[in-house]
Amino acid sequence: MLDFGYTISIDRQIDLDRGDMRYIEFVKAIDPSLDICIGCGSCTATCTAGNFTDFNIRRLHTSIRRGDTKSLKQEIRKCMFCGKCQLVCPRGVNLRNVILSLNQAIERLG
Amino acid sequence: MENSVIVIGGGIAGITAAATMSGNGLKVTLIERNNKLGGHVSEWSRLFPDRRKASEVIDYLEAGLGETKIISGCSVNGIINHDNSFTVLTDTAGSITAEALLIATGFDLFRAAIKEEYGYGIYNNVITSAEFEEMLDSRAGVLTANGRVPKRIGVIHCVGSRDEKVGNLYCSKVCCVTGVKQAIELKEMYPDSEVYCFYMDLRMFDRHFEELYYEAQQKWGVSFIRGRLSECAENADGSIVVKTEDTLTGKPLKMSVDLLILLVGIVPSPGTGRIAGMLGLKTGEDGFINSVDAHTMDNSSGIPGVFLAGALKGPASVNSVIADARAAAVQAMAWLSTNKTVNA
Repeated sequence: MLDFGYTISIDRQIDLDRGDMRYIEFVKAIDPSLDICIGCGSCTATCTAGNFTDFNIRRLHTSIRRGDTKSLKQEIRKCMFCGKCQLVCPRGVNLRNVILSLNQAIERLG
Repeated sequence: MENSVIVIGGGIAGITAAATMSGNGLKVTLIERNNKLGGHVSEWSRLFPDRRKASEVIDYLEAGLGETKIISGCSVNGIINHDNSFTVLTDTAGSITAEALLIATGFDLFRAAIKEEYGYGIYNNVITSAEFEEMLDSRAGVLTANGRVPKRIGVIHCVGSRDEKVGNLYCSKVCCVTGVKQAIELKEMYPDSEVYCFYMDLRMFDRHFEELYYEAQQKWGVSFIRGRLSECAENADGSIVVKTEDTLTGKPLKMSVDLLILLVGIVPSPGTGRIAGMLGLKTGEDGFINSVDAHTMDNSSGIPGVFLAGALKGPASVNSVIADARAAAVQAMAWLSTNKTVNA
């Protein structure tokens, strides 16, 4: 490619008019409990994987709900399925099931 | 003149206080600037959290007014404090004298046009929460400016509240739950629509409020995005582009909505400022009236014989205003029945 001496920055912005909602729709059909999340961060605070890596389960599931799925496949592998996130959730979100469903969504949708 | 009280302001605070005092045998005169009683609540369709019709509450309170002398469509031009009594000078009803005054001049809604970057008064599809209530009761219902059913609606919290740029540092208290209520009303009306609330915190402080928030998420699928609206723009088709940060993912976010509802905050009414000036009542930096002691003497003004009720002391819900107005009435009655010694 011709080098013009500059690059174009990738847009970081979430655009909800163009979000990829296929993954969250797939998950919600199996387990709608993510709807009642209040974004408190308890899941991330207790996350075994998050204490040793930069994995942030709250940010991941919030991003999926915003249709921002770019990092989904790379991030979800960090989860160890310990289920502590689900134990601490004050709203009773079945987060372990959400992660399992997201894995199924990736298998189905690519 | 004996056992007589003048209540200034005929919103729910003034009506409740007048009804309590007249029910206990006092001679009460209620002065209201507008032609009808009920104040801002009469412009609201339904109340949070149980969606009770606002008109039912006003009807109930008004039915208790009994012997109260109601003077509506009447403005107060001046007040003379004779130490043992007060004379209120009015524009249409001459001068009225009584032993005590109960001030219930209430609040006003924040003028959304001040927050110019939100586009109210510039873009047709930006409306206030008060206009939404009007639409609920209108024959046409809730539609966009060109008469279409909105498919996507944004609800903006904290408009004119918690915002030093408009001079209001305080929280208006009732808007959060109003936004949740209106989001549910939209989903009931248009189940296929998407409703997004943009908030900084959701202050669900009172009984049943958090449950209403839960219902909005769980039953109605309302989305909540934590981030304050920075600015709006208009698309060619009249829809509105909102720009916020999604603070929970740490990324800037934009989206288009067909209708944008601004949850306007609560400010002291011009009448509250005027009456405070006439009597020399103390106000805070926020313009609301300060009572003698917010914990123990919250209905006392500091002037013997002048009592305070309702949202002139700051943002308050309908329920708390009614309770506060009854407390103010009881305090005024105690003062009169103890020969003006108790609860001054």
